[in-house]
Amino acid sequence: MENIGSTLTLSEARKKLKKEQQQLLKKRFFSNYSMVIGLVIVIFLMLLSFVGPYLTSYGPLDLEVNNRLQAPNADHLLGTDNFGRDLLTRIVYGARASISVGLSIAIITSIIGLAIGLYASYYKRLDQILMRICDGLMAIPGILLAIALMAALGPKVENVIIALSIVFTPYVARIVRSAALVVREQTYIEAMKAQGASSTRIIWLHVAPNVLSPLIVQATFIFADSIITEAALSFLGAGIPAPAPSWGNILYDGKLVIFNAWWMTVFPGLLIIIAVIGLNSMGDGLRDIMDPHYKKVTKKRSKAVKGKEEVA
Amino acid sequence: MSTLTLESSNEQKIESKETLLEIKNVKKFFPVKKSLLQFNKEQTYVQAVNDVSFSILKGETYGLVGESGCGKSTTGRTLLKLIEPTEGEAIYNGKDIFKLSGQELRKVRQDIQMVFQDPYSSLNPRKRIGKTLEEPLVIHNIGTPKERTEIVMEILSKVGLQLEHYFRYPHEFSGGQRQRIGLARALILNPKLLIMDEPVSALDVSIQSQILNLLKTLQSDFDLSYLFISHDMSVIRHVSDRIGVMYLGKLVEEAPTDELFANPLHPYTQALLSAVPVPKSGAKKERIILEGELPSPMNPPSGCVFHTRCPFAMDRCKMEVPMKKEIANGHHIACHLYDK
Repeated sequence: MENIGSTLTLSEARKKLKKEQQQLLKKRFFSNYSMVIGLVIVIFLMLLSFVGPYLTSYGPLDLEVNNRLQAPNADHLLGTDNFGRDLLTRIVYGARASISVGLSIAIITSIIGLAIGLYASYYKRLDQILMRICDGLMAIPGILLAIALMAALGPKVENVIIALSIVFTPYVARIVRSAALVVREQTYIEAMKAQGASSTRIIWLHVAPNVLSPLIVQATFIFADSIITEAALSFLGAGIPAPAPSWGNILYDGKLVIFNAWWMTVFPGLLIIIAVIGLNSMGDGLRDIMDPHYKKVTKKRSKAVKGKEEVA
Repeated sequence: MSTLTLESSNEQKIESKETLLEIKNVKKFFPVKKSLLQFNKEQTYVQAVNDVSFSILKGETYGLVGESGCGKSTTGRTLLKLIEPTEGEAIYNGKDIFKLSGQELRKVRQDIQMVFQDPYSSLNPRKRIGKTLEEPLVIHNIGTPKERTEIVMEILSKVGLQLEHYFRYPHEFSGGQRQRIGLARALILNPKLLIMDEPVSALDVSIQSQILNLLKTLQSDFDLSYLFISHDMSVIRHVSDRIGVMYLGKLVEEAPTDELFANPLHPYTQALLSAVPVPKSGAKKERIILEGELPSPMNPPSGCVFHTRCPFAMDRCKMEVPMKKEIANGHHIACHLYDK
């Protein structure tokens, strides 16, 4: 291994190394169980929300007043709700609403929160201003702030996304800032300054990659949390407007009849749990894969490599 | 001192060389935060570097030595404007570095590079070595991506690393290898001056000598000048052509290496040299032990900063700040003992 470089030409060495690195990455990916499990769950949910609507035989708003609150049976696999709508269909359609809301909120808050956190950590004056604004936003209970924003903006899916993004961004900004404050004191940042790198370059190319781990964990948490908060908002009449299905809507409809129809709360609740578990484990896995330091994986990897070499 | 053998031989030609960087009366005071209850008190400062002047000649190694906290590293960092100086000038190419900003400062930073003490925190853990080394080239817009890779490969072999290290992450290297990478990063822009902030103090002794010898080879290959900051007398002696001794933010003595080791004049230098272990059994050595503690740089002693611990202190030392003056050829000292 040690003497490869000196005997090969430059381009050959590079090709070989690149291939080796790719294989390592593949091995690392598949030895990372939480990543694989999380990814499988997320792909399942994506398929459910984007392909599912074409496979169901009912519409999400089709009422069958005679068949209200039916337990799961052959016609209605997951039963019907209190208006006689097919629960499976509503859950499938609701998946689209809930996942797209959660995903957009997670993406928007991580991008804005990352920018705010990075700049706040780098410029002291800006830090005071931005963090006081964040403190102000965090002082108001999240749901209350979201309701107030929804009241001002009007009940629409886009507005749910905007309102919840405003609610969750300060949390991301805080976490990014605290991680970035540690990174910016490292010698390699000073070394970049000594090289003559601009602040923008240092912030985005050198500080940002080093705060990704906490950011990813926080983003997956926000994805899960925003599905739940959206559900709460829908229940209070400030979320996705009533007849349109979302997991939160269904769950809170079911709450009224929980003693008569357990399926109305169990199935959407189960899906929320699965989605949250899947996203969190994918977040953990992503963090481990992106962190070259991660001990457990490197150990496993080196063992795997050694085993292969011995076999060969 | 007769037991000391002389290692470097090229010190005699120093006088004829031209000045690369001239540092004049550099001061760096760090303000101390006052508590709310002390609002009527005067603002106090930590006087990290207080009125230091010296010059670095082309192709030489200037060693800066002194105990911890005497301002060696601060001096080095100030030169690159990593820390804003309070006062003073650093003349490079006829321009004062401290007054430059923007593009001009960036150009100077291309010529003056720095190697850091801690090889573990001076490399970005998320970047492959190749990317880390290409970064300075990207910043200064040198070459196409392909050419950059070639330059990196070349420099890797220059500092004694293999090509395959290009794709590795910093945590896959040992301390000595990382310090080589740090060196490669500093060398990649073809600088004229390298500021080395204790580049070997974090390494074990066998690796230290490897790195020091590498530094010597590189110096002749690239025609470099070094500002070598260290607290280790034997390391400094091995690499330096001239040495400046610092104490509490002041430069107390400055002389060519041989001259300094053969004939240390300042009482502090004498004490410092007497603490260097001599590798010979039975050799009698008089150890000068300084009394008292290092005074706080927040409140340095009046007059000569060393008078509180100096065995030869006179009344005059408490009142008057000694000026730097030349005693012999190239041997400067700031001490009242040698006033005639």
